Amino acid sequence: MAENSQVSFTLAGDSTLNVQLCGVWQLRSGVPPATLVERELETGRARSVAFDAGKLGSWDSSVLIFLVQLSELCRQRQIPMDRAGLPAGVQKLLALAEAVPERKGARRELTEASVLERIGTTAIGVAGSLTEMLSFLGEMTISSVRLFGMKARYRASDLFLLIQQCGAQALPIVTLISFLVGVILAFVGAVQLKQFGAQIYVADLVGIAMMREMGAMMTGIIMAGRTGAAFAAQLGTMKVTQEVDALTTAGFSPLEFLVLPRVIALILMMPLLCLYSDFVGVLGGAAIGAGMLDLSWTTYFHETVNAITLTDIFGGVFKSSIYGVLIALSGCLRGLQCGNSSSAVGDAATSAVVTGIVAIVVACGSFAVVFYILGI
Amino acid sequence: MAVKPIGSNGANAHITVKDLTMAFGSFVLMRDLNFAINRGDVFIIMGGSGSGKSTLLRHMIGLIEPAQGNVFYGDQNFTKAEPAQKQELLRRMGVLFQTGGLWSSMTLSENIGMLLEEYTGLNSNEIREAASLKLALVGLKGFEDYYPSQISGGMQKRAGLARAMALDPEVLFFDEPSAGLDPISSRLLDELILELRDSLGATVVVVTHELASIFTIGNNSVFLDPDAKTMTASGDPKELLAHCPDPKVRAFLRRGEKEKS
Repeated sequence: MAENSQVSFTLAGDSTLNVQLCGVWQLRSGVPPATLVERELETGRARSVAFDAGKLGSWDSSVLIFLVQLSELCRQRQIPMDRAGLPAGVQKLLALAEAVPERKGARRELTEASVLERIGTTAIGVAGSLTEMLSFLGEMTISSVRLFGMKARYRASDLFLLIQQCGAQALPIVTLISFLVGVILAFVGAVQLKQFGAQIYVADLVGIAMMREMGAMMTGIIMAGRTGAAFAAQLGTMKVTQEVDALTTAGFSPLEFLVLPRVIALILMMPLLCLYSDFVGVLGGAAIGAGMLDLSWTTYFHETVNAITLTDIFGGVFKSSIYGVLIALSGCLRGLQCGNSSSAVGDAATSAVVTGIVAIVVACGSFAVVFYILGI
Repeated sequence: MAVKPIGSNGANAHITVKDLTMAFGSFVLMRDLNFAINRGDVFIIMGGSGSGKSTLLRHMIGLIEPAQGNVFYGDQNFTKAEPAQKQELLRRMGVLFQTGGLWSSMTLSENIGMLLEEYTGLNSNEIREAASLKLALVGLKGFEDYYPSQISGGMQKRAGLARAMALDPEVLFFDEPSAGLDPISSRLLDELILELRDSLGATVVVVTHELASIFTIGNNSVFLDPDAKTMTASGDPKELLAHCPDPKVRAFLRRGEKEKS
C-alpha cells in the first residue's frame, strides 16, 4: 500500500522552516492539520518557510488545502513563503486560487438571529404574504367581473382540456376513496347500532353524512392533492421557463389566461364529482349493509331515500363548488408566487396542497356554523 | 385613427431611460442609469455575469417596477402609464426571452397565431398563413404543428424570435440571444437581427456578453459595472474599445487580454 501523506519540518540555518511533504496525498485519506506547523511558527524562531517535495508521491487537492491554510498562517505572521520547492502544478494551482481576491462583502455572516429578530422577520413575512394574497384575490375579482362582461381573454380549448383533466380523469380516484369512505362510515355505525338492533339506521347515517359533509369534503381533499398541486406545478414551471413573462409582455393577463379557466373548470366539475361521490359512498354503505347486516339492497335504498332531503344534497353540492374555487385559487396563487428554480416548483406544489386543504377545512367549519344558524 | 409611431415627435430618441434605480427590497442592484436609444439602433446592454443586464431589460419591458426613475418610449412615460396605454405600448414591442419563453401547451403556429388573433382582424386561414411566413423567416418552415418540447433549443429560440416579430414590432428585445447556441447558429442569428432591423426598421435592444455579437451588430451600448453599481460607459462599442477611459470596460471588450502599448 502506498505511504500516506506526511509532513515533517526542520529548522535550517536557525531561521528557515523547511517543510517536507512526503507520501501520497489524497482527499479520501484526509488532510494533515496545519496546526502542526502553526505550533512551530508560534515559537517565533522561523523567519521564512520553504518546501521540499522530493518525496511527495501522487497528490490531489488535499495538498492545496494544506498549503492554503499554511499560506494564510504565514500571511498573518508576515513570514515569507518560498514556493520554489513545490511541484510546478501545485504552484500554478495555488497562484490560481489566489489570483482573484475575495470580493468585499461577498462572504455571508452566519450569525444566529435573536428570538425577537426572528419574530419580527416572520411577522413581516406573514404581512407580506397576506398582502400578496389579498391583491391576488382583488385582481381575480376584477377578472371575474370581466368574465361576466365577456371581456376576459382565455382559450376555450384550454378550458375544455382542464375540464377533462379535473372532471372525467378524476373519476377513478374519487370512486375508490368515496366507496371506502362509505364502507368506513357503515362499519363504524354498524358496530354501535347493532347493539341496539338498529342496523337499519346505518343507511341514514351513511346517507346523511355523505350528502351533507363527506362527499364534498372528500372530493375537495382529493382534488386539492391531485389538481391543486398540478395547477401549482404547471404555473410554477411556466414561471421558471418565462412563459408567464411572455404572456405579460404580449399583453395577456396571466390571471385571465391561466387562472380563470382553472377556476371555471373546478367550479363546474366539483359539484358533479361531489354528486358522484355521494352516490358511490351510499353504494359503499349498502355493500356493508347487505354483506354484514343482512339488510336487503332495496330496504337499504328506501331507508336512505327517506333519510336524506334535497336540502342535504344541495347543501353538499354548493359547498363542493366553493371548495373548487378555493382549490383552484390556492393552486394558482402558489404557482404564480413560485421562485425561479426547480426546488421552488416543488415547494409551490406542496404549499398549494397545504393551503388548499386548510382553506377547505376552515370553509367546512364556517359552513357548519352558518348552516346551523340558518337551520339548514 | 392612425397609430402614432413611438418617438415621432421630432426627437430621434426612441427609448429613454432616466435616473433608473433597480432594487430588490433594500438591496440596490444598479442606480442612476441614464441613456437614450435612437430609432434604428442596435443597442447592446453589456456587462459581466450577474451585473443586472437581464434585470435592466425586464425593467424596460415593464416586468419589474423600477425602485426609482422612468422609462420613456418616445415622449410617453411607460413606467407611469395607465394599464391601457401600457398595453398599447407593449403591443408594439417584441421580446425574445432567454429560454425562448414559448407557450408549451401550444404548437409553434398557435404560439404566433394567438398574437395575430388578438391584435389583428385576420381570419383563421390568414392567421395560419401569416404564422407560417414568420416561421419561414427564421428557417422553421414545416414546423408549424410541432410543440416547443419537440424541437431543439436553438430552434426554440428561433421560434421565439418568430413570435417576437409576429406583430412587426417597432422595438425588439433580445435576452442573451446566443446563449446555448453553437457559433454558426449564433452568427446566423446576428445576421437575422441586422436584416430585421434593416427591413422592418425596428429598434433592437440586445442583452449579451458575446464580444463577437457586440462588435458585429451593436452601434450603441451601455456597460453595467456591478462594483460601481451603475453604468460606467455608453456609446458605440467599437469607439469604447479604442477610447473608453475606464480600463475595466476596455478589458471587458478585449476579453481581458493585455492592451498593446
